[in-house]
Amino acid sequence: MPRRGKVVLVQVAIVLSLLLVWESGVRAGLIDPFFFPAPSTLVARIGEWMSTADFWTDVGVTLLETILSFVAGIAIGTTLGIWLGLNPFAAEVVQPFIKMFNAIPRILLGPIFVIWFGLGLTSKVALGVTLVLFVAFFNTFQGVREVNPVVLANARLLRASKWSLLRHVYLPSATTWILSSLRVSVGMAVMGAVVAEYLGSSAGLGHLIAQAEGVLDAAGVFAGIIVLSAFVVALDAVVDRAEKRLLVWRPAPAHEV
Amino acid sequence: MEGQPTLAVDLRDVMIRFGDFTAVKSMNLQVGEAEFVAVVGPTGCGKSTILNTVTGLLKPAAGEVSVFGKPLTGLNDQSGYMLQQEGLLPWKTAQDNVGLGLVFQGKSVEEARAQARPWLAKVGLKGFEERYPHQLSGGQRKRVAMAQTLIMEPRIVLMDEPFSALDVHTRRLMHRILLDLWQAERRSLIFITHDLDEAITLADRVVVMSAGPGSRMVGDVPITLPRPRDVSALQTTDEFVALYRQIWSLLGAEVEKSYAAQG
Ligand SMILES: Nc1ncnc2c1ncn2[C@@H]1O[C@H](COP(=O)(O)OP(=O)(O)OP(=O)(O)O)[C@@H](O)[C@H]1O
Ligand SMILES: [Mg+2]
Repeated sequence: MPRRGKVVLVQVAIVLSLLLVWESGVRAGLIDPFFFPAPSTLVARIGEWMSTADFWTDVGVTLLETILSFVAGIAIGTTLGIWLGLNPFAAEVVQPFIKMFNAIPRILLGPIFVIWFGLGLTSKVALGVTLVLFVAFFNTFQGVREVNPVVLANARLLRASKWSLLRHVYLPSATTWILSSLRVSVGMAVMGAVVAEYLGSSAGLGHLIAQAEGVLDAAGVFAGIIVLSAFVVALDAVVDRAEKRLLVWRPAPAHEV
Repeated sequence: MEGQPTLAVDLRDVMIRFGDFTAVKSMNLQVGEAEFVAVVGPTGCGKSTILNTVTGLLKPAAGEVSVFGKPLTGLNDQSGYMLQQEGLLPWKTAQDNVGLGLVFQGKSVEEARAQARPWLAKVGLKGFEERYPHQLSGGQRKRVAMAQTLIMEPRIVLMDEPFSALDVHTRRLMHRILLDLWQAERRSLIFITHDLDEAITLADRVVVMSAGPGSRMVGDVPITLPRPRDVSALQTTDEFVALYRQIWSLLGAEVEKSYAAQG
């Protein structure tokens, strides 16, 4: 059997046995379903949700917020990273401010954004952007700084203009870093959206979980978390494909050869 | 100096300093149009420094640098420089690496590729157009780098120990390719090497530098071997051996000095 198949098989086996233990634990009365509702209950709950239009609206709202904060955060962070990566002076000036901003626990900004931007989409996106931006920024900055100096000198000797250097040397060289930041950023964007919804909103998966929590409905909270995880995994798969396409030039890791 | 042809490169009493450190004290190097000059010298004597000066990356503290009769200001736009270390872009295929300079000039990628392919064939890499650098051997990468420099058709080609990391057989192959290309289209060429055999095999003249710091030119030996040269048969001829002895009598002493200086 191919390696990949084996990996998936073991993963499925782990999940199934965990669910089995959990389910039979609840049925045997060893686990209190008030705190840990049985998997079958969760599946039923998710099924129930999926048949309502409200649930799909919630998913759509969160997805939109996630995508907007992801795209805006990456765009701002990458631009900033390239700019400061190429300008050591500006980088030195700005660095302490960036560190300061990054040190603010982002969750505290949630209420402020609600005051500034209201309960709608904007405040959610704003929070997501503040999370995504820094990840994208730090990775791009690093990537631009770590360009192989010989490669750079060679391109300069071939009379590359500033723009050509950016396009043919800096950006491709930073892609590895930028892509690894995309991966983390997807999670950050979802987190920003959901936390902001949780703090105050009228729609979205965060709102759904907050509502369930309000009535001490553990099954609702768990089901919401599961839906969220599936959501992140699906987005991650998209990033995975992008990475494979963009990094064809890289040697395969030794164990795959 | 009337009546004399213009020199492609003319270094007069060039001194190069890094802060308080005088790397090169007084270097004279004249390279005629279409002349192949090899520069040999002990390690650290300032060979790379000299190429960096010719290409305009370093400014001499004293002396003059002229290119085709004009004093050099800024970067030398007549020269193509093949660096000592690997400088290919890992994310571009062999043909895109070869065509890189053309793209920088504003040519379209398609045009650059169309021009790059015959160059890959010239260096014996037909069929390797779509390979990325990591899919090529060390010798193949050197050939791509060579094509990358030569496709720009610089009037002055600078090569810094281009083949020193290769095994003897691959090096012979590279010598043959380089000589064929140079014979087909003669350019001024400054070739840095540690390897005296290589210098004599390829060049019209071998320039010997003294040990650093504060190095200078200590010898300038014309290589009278007829062209075209047969790379593999050449090195056993009496003429070759005599030249080798002559240059080694200059270089050997300098190499020993540089060992003595480094303890
Ligand atoms: N940027 C620099 N700053 C200070 N010293 C330098 C610098 N570049 C070179 N040197 C010094 O100048 C001298 C000549 O260096 P160079 O690289 O030209 O030697 P080389 O003849 O090319 O040696 P090799 O054959 O080992 O490549 C050396 O002593 C080196 O330490
Ligand atoms: Mg050197």
